[in-house]
Amino acid sequence: MSPPDIIALRQYLGAGPKDRTISDARHSVSLTDMIQHSCLAGGPSELSGRSVLLATSGQLLSALAMIELDGIARRMLLCPPDLDWDCLQVLLERADIDTIVTDRPLHRRSAGKYVVIGVDLPERRAMGSEVDRTTEWLMLTSGTSGLPKIVRHTLDGLAGAIIAEGPARHRNATWATFYDIRRYGGLQIFLRAVIGGGSMVLSEPGEAIAAHVARLRAGGVTHISGTPSHWRKLLMSGASANFSPDYVRLSGEIADQAVLDGLARAFPRASIGHAYASTEAGVGFSVDDGREGFPAHLIGQNHAGVEMKVVDGSLRIRSRRTARAYVGADAPPLADTEGFVDTGDMVELRGERYHFVGRRGGIINIGGLKVHPEEVEAVINRHASVQMSRARSRRSPITGAIVVADVILTNGTNAERHERIRMEILGQCKDCLAAWKVPAVIRFVERLDVTAAGKLARTDA
Amino acid sequence: MSVKSKIFSAMKQIAEEQKVTLPPLEDDLSLNETGFDSLAFAILVARLEDELGIDPFTVAEDAAFPSTLGEFVRAYENVPA
Repeated sequence: MSPPDIIALRQYLGAGPKDRTISDARHSVSLTDMIQHSCLAGGPSELSGRSVLLATSGQLLSALAMIELDGIARRMLLCPPDLDWDCLQVLLERADIDTIVTDRPLHRRSAGKYVVIGVDLPERRAMGSEVDRTTEWLMLTSGTSGLPKIVRHTLDGLAGAIIAEGPARHRNATWATFYDIRRYGGLQIFLRAVIGGGSMVLSEPGEAIAAHVARLRAGGVTHISGTPSHWRKLLMSGASANFSPDYVRLSGEIADQAVLDGLARAFPRASIGHAYASTEAGVGFSVDDGREGFPAHLIGQNHAGVEMKVVDGSLRIRSRRTARAYVGADAPPLADTEGFVDTGDMVELRGERYHFVGRRGGIINIGGLKVHPEEVEAVINRHASVQMSRARSRRSPITGAIVVADVILTNGTNAERHERIRMEILGQCKDCLAAWKVPAVIRFVERLDVTAAGKLARTDA
Repeated sequence: MSVKSKIFSAMKQIAEEQKVTLPPLEDDLSLNETGFDSLAFAILVARLEDELGIDPFTVAEDAAFPSTLGEFVRAYENVPA
């Protein structure tokens, strides 16, 4: 018997046009056919009530398995591609996993006590199992140091922002994201495609940006999301010239004015929105006016079920979209006693708008004076010849630390102009920032590392 | 260019950026009288490390910070390259 209030993911497959697909670089699978087919060896019924680790080599099989397992499995832990087995074993214990769904050959020794179930393209017909439970969706936080935390969501919470906007808003869209869908930002886009009746084109690790964009165009992608770092990389590559999406979305990092303006120039037809979301706090809000930051009136009121406040400079969010809890014995509470999640993202009110200034843990301390690297980058990025920048801490025998900046210039910038540009950037920083926030040294570099989660790598943060 | 003239040239550059008027640079000039604050010295030491490849104040744990310009320059000259 299926309780009437549970809607599982695959119940959305019948919506929208009949030719809905999800594809990666090698395969395209009909989402409509998934109603009657199974990608799981033995069909989904064997997974009823199981606690499943979803560990596939690519995103496509994870996507299909998520559709099949939601409403069937007790819980499923989405495993991003870059996790090593030692780390994973600890997490499996913590998440009380008993079954591994994978397309990889697992040694008996590694598999140990787990039931291993194969997953492949959905070529076998299968009757769908009855939806009989609310499956827990377990995701890993994208923090840079130590073991990731496991957070527990439900589909209801994960899809909260999609349902609130009205899934029909983007009907028949073909979605894409630079993210991996096994991370929060990417999962949001996958869910938008499935729930909103659309199609999806997945990213491929290591794929050259020009090849990726060619695939986005061939797949008819209309809606696409990524971090500001992803977008800067695309703008830098020049590959955006022949691509013309209707909707461009940024999330996961601070969207500064320079990247918003750059996208508006590159995609004059597109509506451009930046969203605030995190694995723990869920989707907070999205802003579509093309300006950095967000309107101050979003704080202190209940907007579509999301309440936000600022305490000690950091943004706190309470809503049904936040994760339910951290998973594991001795896991710390995810929210305070009133149910607010502290995002650790620091904001500052300037006029009628709040601006993100950086992460609480990322502050650089210069002889007792503090600066967020992100606020320095936002100023540097305003220079017309700058494509991307990273401010970071460098130790100093005088002040403990100083701010230095690594800067990527736009393609074709003449090396003879470097000194002038350096002085212009310094001048710009001096005009907008307190003296200690102005970078002591500016280096021009060819590239800056971006993490697997699509964020600018901050080794000192 | 000698180490000393590289240091002086970096100081002049920073003075210009920081809108500081430097007095004539002489060996017995006290560092206090240069008009540089600790931030300006921090910038100077960082840039000299990039240019000369050394930071004498971090290398030697017991290094006392110099009080005159001459001592400051010697700290750089005395570090074995």
